[in-house]
Amino acid sequence: MAARVRALETILTQKGLIDPAAIDVIVDTYETKVGPRNGARVVAKAWSDPAFADWLRRDATAAIVSLGYGGRQGEHMQAVFNSSDTHNMVVCTLCSCYPWSVLGLPPVWYKAPPYRSRAVIDPRSVLAEFGVELPADKAVRVWDSTAELRYLVIPERPAGTEGWDEERLAALVTRDSMIGTGLAREPEAT
Amino acid sequence: MNGPQDLGGQMGFGPVAPEKDEPYFHAEWEKRALGVTLCAGAMGAWSLDESRHARESLHPADYYASSYYEIWIKALETLLMRHGFVDRAELHDGEMHGVGATPKRVLKAADVPAVLARGGPCDRPLATQPKFAAGDRVRARNMHPVGHTRLPRYVRGRVGVVEAVRDGFVLPDTNAHGRGENPERVYTVVFQGRELWGEGSDPTLSVSVDAWENYLEPA
Repeated sequence: MAARVRALETILTQKGLIDPAAIDVIVDTYETKVGPRNGARVVAKAWSDPAFADWLRRDATAAIVSLGYGGRQGEHMQAVFNSSDTHNMVVCTLCSCYPWSVLGLPPVWYKAPPYRSRAVIDPRSVLAEFGVELPADKAVRVWDSTAELRYLVIPERPAGTEGWDEERLAALVTRDSMIGTGLAREPEAT
Repeated sequence: MNGPQDLGGQMGFGPVAPEKDEPYFHAEWEKRALGVTLCAGAMGAWSLDESRHARESLHPADYYASSYYEIWIKALETLLMRHGFVDRAELHDGEMHGVGATPKRVLKAADVPAVLARGGPCDRPLATQPKFAAGDRVRARNMHPVGHTRLPRYVRGRVGVVEAVRDGFVLPDTNAHGRGENPERVYTVVFQGRELWGEGSDPTLSVSVDAWENYLEPA
């Protein structure tokens, strides 16, 4: 596959259809600039600022853009809030739709058949593979990203974090907790 | 199409196997694959819907044996040939033989940040009123189009409840085939686990899909 991609890049460059330097900028963007730390800051602000959380519920796209995180695969956002009685989990059964603007590029497992096939029929067994066991009476809501809306899970704020500033809170927010395959870290785990 | 991409509820693929501290890329070629795919898409010759359809049109055996970046590259070759930018001999030889189609634009390095920041919104204003309202019971149509669609098989024929009425969005079913954007209202429809998966289902489970208006009928 390495040779096949190299051939493709060579041909398209020879024809003037692509700029190889543009590829470098794209890769650098998603390796160093756009990733799950963006989403973690959104979550930390939602935990700290009730007015922001309310805005995030009503118009997630605008609320997230206000923090500087917009653009490709974040054009139409919805935040879904975990609560004491509901756990949210996001999947794209049909391809690999994912909120790039806040989480960056999706992990391999998110795009692969095991997760895409099982998330909608047996999410608890999937969660178990991530080390997450929910109470039996907690509802599980799975969001299949079949159109152009992209979903960001807002995990529950861990107990024992009263008075923490946003930066400390953001360190508790994992990528998986914003997909719904994990929970936010407990304070003693950091 | 009832293709290999329509995975919801399929069985036999094994555990999810999350990778601890997973890197963004597992090989150098994956970086180039991402960049080439985005740069080629930026030429403006095809839509994201057409790209998705090219990927799901891989033979199922090929689709399931390929990693996601491999799927992207295989589909990209198809798109580049379909739109006249390269031919099979060039791909075989790994070099340009002659000039092909002219792109609408070429993405330059300096423009990448602005292009990524702008994204590609696909909501479109609609003059019509929504056919359904939040709380309405709807049935996902039992349809099996041979072309592109975003209605997964596991909800077809099943009854759910409209939870949210969204904006108008470009209709993938026509846009993927160059038959126009034909924007339609999108609805978030929630199905109970038992409705989808029967008596063995997790009683606490509900699953939503985002469905274009013509995917739905009153129930």
